[in-house]
Amino acid sequence: MRARVFVTLKPSVFDPQGKTIADALHSLGYSGVEDVRQGKYFELELAAESSEKARSIASEVADKLLANPVIESYRIEVE
Amino acid sequence: MRFAVVVFPGSNCDHDAYHAAKHVLGQNADFVWHKETDLRGADVVVLPGGFSHGDYLRTGAIARFSPVMDAVKKFAAAGGPVLGICNGFQILLEAGLLPGAMLRNRGLKFRCEHVFVRVEQLDTPFTLACRPQQVLRIPIAHGEGNYFTTPDELRKLEQNRQIVFRYVNEAGAVTDDANPNGSIESIAGICNGRRNVVGLMPHPERACELAVGSSDGLVMFESVVAAHVSGALTAAGSAQT
Repeated sequence: MRARVFVTLKPSVFDPQGKTIADALHSLGYSGVEDVRQGKYFELELAAESSEKARSIASEVADKLLANPVIESYRIEVE
Repeated sequence: MRFAVVVFPGSNCDHDAYHAAKHVLGQNADFVWHKETDLRGADVVVLPGGFSHGDYLRTGAIARFSPVMDAVKKFAAAGGPVLGICNGFQILLEAGLLPGAMLRNRGLKFRCEHVFVRVEQLDTPFTLACRPQQVLRIPIAHGEGNYFTTPDELRKLEQNRQIVFRYVNEAGAVTDDANPNGSIESIAGICNGRRNVVGLMPHPERACELAVGSSDGLVMFESVVAAHVSGALTAAGSAQT
């Protein structure tokens, strides 16, 4: 099974890279882009018999390694 | 006194730390590879600067799982002095030995220059020989030194006097201009609650001889040697054997 993990900085944490990208888009004329938050994306190929099990493994590795809970949060999609 | 300088794949300030301990201060020093599980009777552990594991994922995120880190955690739990410099500080944060996390520098640039830091606390093994509020001119070299922590944790750091170093101007004043990376409260270095684990982004080991532009960092290594000589560290040393 495949799990996708999206890691982003928490809303309370300033994202200097996202801000720079937003500024660049504004200079390209995309004034409608109000904000950009940059994150990380992981694809996990998992030997799991059910989507619940896959989600549980993905959540465990996100807690342990993929995300730093001080500054980041994550979202998981399983297919 | 025996220094253990831990070497991770991608460490690049390990020799600077070794040189400061061994050749400038005349102490014993060993390199300890990150796969080792024994600190070989060290009295003090240095996690040096560099780019451990290529800074992949997050700075220090992979290094915290190196086998040697179990020994470092035990050493710290026994009260042994641990100094994390730059990437070593980032590893201590990821390992949970110090609170908080690092973000990209506010200006997104890798900053490599001499800065001024003010010593805020003298009751750590790495600052006890400093003068109160002493201003040190030592270099930084990092892209991710923008220290961040939650408001609750920041309050705790202040209440427990765990903010050990702040970025200041030459006159010793905290100003936004003197903050090279956007760190919250101009924090350049902190210690744990027990005060034996200290991490900082600037590089004292690169400022131990006038020939390299500054010897202001030497006092941090002299501090830990003085702490050892005075017997303040014996409890940790005996826990190693």
